[in-house]
Order: sequence, then C-alpha cells, then structure tokens
Amino acid sequence: MSETILLVLLALICLLSALYSIFTRKVLHAVIASGVISLTASIIYLLVAAPDVAMTEATIGAGLTTVVFLYTLKQVKEDGDD
Amino acid sequence: MIVLLCGILLMLAGIWTMLVKKNLIRMIIGFSILDTGIHMLIVAIGYVKNGTAPIIDAGVRLAKTAEGAKVVAEKIVDPVPSALVLTAIVIGLAVTALMLAYAIRLYKTRGSLNIDDFEEQKW
Amino acid sequence: MIKQLLVVLALAGLAWLLWPFLAEFRVSESNNALATEYIHGSINELNMPNVVTAVVVTYRGLDTLGEVTVLFLATAGVGFLLKRRELKGGKRRAGTEILRTGASFLAPLIVMFGVYIFTHGHLSPGGGFQGGVVIASAMLLLCLAYVDFDFSHRLLTWLESLSGLAYAGLGLLGLVLLGASSFLDPRFMPAGNWLRLFSAGAVPLIYSCVGLKVGAELSTVLDSLRGPGGAA
Repeated sequence: MSETILLVLLALICLLSALYSIFTRKVLHAVIASGVISLTASIIYLLVAAPDVAMTEATIGAGLTTVVFLYTLKQVKEDGDD
Repeated sequence: MIVLLCGILLMLAGIWTMLVKKNLIRMIIGFSILDTGIHMLIVAIGYVKNGTAPIIDAGVRLAKTAEGAKVVAEKIVDPVPSALVLTAIVIGLAVTALMLAYAIRLYKTRGSLNIDDFEEQKW
Repeated sequence: MIKQLLVVLALAGLAWLLWPFLAEFRVSESNNALATEYIHGSINELNMPNVVTAVVVTYRGLDTLGEVTVLFLATAGVGFLLKRRELKGGKRRAGTEILRTGASFLAPLIVMFGVYIFTHGHLSPGGGFQGGVVIASAMLLLCLAYVDFDFSHRLLTWLESLSGLAYAGLGLLGLVLLGASSFLDPRFMPAGNWLRLFSAGAVPLIYSCVGLKVGAELSTVLDSLRGPGGAA
C-alpha cells in the first residue's frame, strides 16, 4: 500500500515538472525541469524492479542530457523567451 | 498501471510541445520528454506482480519446471523490456546531441532560433 | 485556428491509438514463454547471474551492435558539424579553489568506479553503457574545474576505434571457433564458476570494449559541444 502511495506521489511530481517545463517563459528553467523529469523517472524505474534501467536513466537523463542542453544554451546566447 | 498512465501522459505532452512551440530548443526538449514517456511505457509492460529485479542472487528461489528438471527462477520481472529500454536510452541521448549540434549551426547561420525565420523552402 | 484544430486532432488520434494499452492492461502473474526460456538459458548455459546482461549481449547481440553503430554515427556527425576551427570566441571562467581541489581528488575515483561497473556487468546491475557514461562524467568534471583542460583528440580517436574493432573481432572469433550461426556468441571462453569475475564466457571482455568505446565517444561529444574559448 505504501508503495502505491509513493508511486502516485512520484508520478505527480513528474507530470507537474512536465507542465512547468512546457509553460514557463525562460528556456533555462525548461531545461532544468526536464532534468527533474528524468530524475523522478529513474526513481520510478527502481520501484518497478528494473535496476539496470534506473542506473542508465539516472546517469544519462539527469546527467548528460541536461549538461548537453546547457552547453548548447551557452553557445546560442539567447535571451530565452518563446 | 500508474506508471503506464504516467508514460502515456508524458508522451502526449511531448508531442504537444513539438507541434506547438516555435523555439528550436523547446522542440528538442519536447522530443526528450516524448522519449522518456515511451521508455516508461515499455518498462511498465514488463512488470510481474510481486516480482523482484532480474538478478539471480541468494534471495531468489529456484524451482524445477515440469518438463525434465529445468531450473528456472520464480517471480522475477521480465528481463526483455529492460534490455530494450537500455539500448533505447543511449540512442535517445545520441540523437538529442546530434539535433542540438544542428540547432547551433542553424543559429550561427541565421542568427535566430525561431522556426518562422527559416523560410527558404516554403511554397 | 485551423492549425490549432489540426493539433487537437493529432493528439486525439494518438490518444485513441494508445487507449487499448490502458483499457486491457492486466498485471501479469508470471513470465511468458520467451522470458522463461531466456532465464533458463542464462542460469544453465551461460552461468550469468545478471539476466539483462545475458539478453543484451548474447540473445540480442545484434541490437547491441546496431546501438554501437548509431552512437558512432552520432559522434561523427557532431564532430563534423562543430569543428573547432575558430580559436577566438567566448571566455571561460576559472573554477574556484574548492572545485579544483575536489575535482582533482574525485576524478580518478570516478574513473575507477566506472571501470568497476563495466567489468562486473555480468554479476550485478550495470554493464558497458552505464560504466562508459560514468567515465564521460569524470571527464566533464575535469572540464568544468580547469579552464584550459584540453582532451588529446588523438588518444580518444585511437581508443574508440580500437575498442570498436575489438568488439567486432570478438564477435567474429565466436563465429570462427564455434561454427556457423554463432556470431557474437560469447560461449567460446570457459564458463567458469558462479559469481567469479572471470566467468560467463567472453562477456567481461565484450562489455569492457563497449564501456571504453562509449566513454570515449561521449567525451568527444562533450568536447565538441563545449565550444571554443580560453581563459577569462
């Protein structure tokens, strides 16, 4: 029962981060929110008993994808409105 | 079931972002969200009720099946969707990096990231 | 107005396509026949505790070969598009003293952790791809701390090419030693004892090659995207 509550809580955080990432004004905030989506997805994978997938998603999604987006933003030098 | 619903909603959110937004980097963020949603959908299908991780250590009970003394483990999660999603996550990162390299080149050529400014091929 | 209507129609169509997943979903009680076959083969024939590694390297080895190819193509594409020909350009801020001290202490430990992950891929969760990404993140830490840290492109290129060649060579060695229809079959080396490092055939060698290749490729991608610049 407690596992179900934890899964519902994590899924809510994931979907709220997705909504924030879509509707915010600055692109930098959207990139950080997509990092939070990957982080909560990694914890969800751990609760569904898939540890290999959780490790891969944590390093690649919450690590390298966010860093690659930030390097691109630095090279593009935009102000960040849609 | 919850994970399945979360995955489907993430897929819909990602596709909506890709269709509506005009900034190139926001479209690529939408692609990344779509990717995460698809992976969550595939992992949610492979779950076995009360199963543990697909690693066979001292805690997993081994049993013999009916046909001729095979040894299988009971109650572990399906390993095939995990293997497929492992491959898919790494390929998603590679494709995102390539798309961002294209975005940088387009910015250096034209000076803006709005797709309304790239209108050489509109008919 | 028409555009918004078309977007809503597209989303509704996709939701209608995905609806059977939700409506007819029942949590399964036991594994299906294919999973049972793979688990049985992993315990008895391959002697590998990590069933996901057995599936990725042995039973779906061609998918892993395709993934290695896609990574190589993406790295080549990024390196081709973002050539560092202009040496002028942005400035970089030097890292603070805490960052520099911490990075020089932690970077060798992170590389060792990555090597541990991909050599023990058949015994515990992990494997070649996770270990390679951890090694690339150690390189990223050094990039962020030291301003004029430059990779030796020659070393990275040679490491990546030799690892890829070794992976294909091990696959062909399986074909030569075990007869036809066994490309990428790691059973040509002895299976060994359960839970030892040198067991489960040639899988530690295969995953080590994959881990080094992925680490070198992702370091190259990060270096290409970093852009030009010198000390601020």
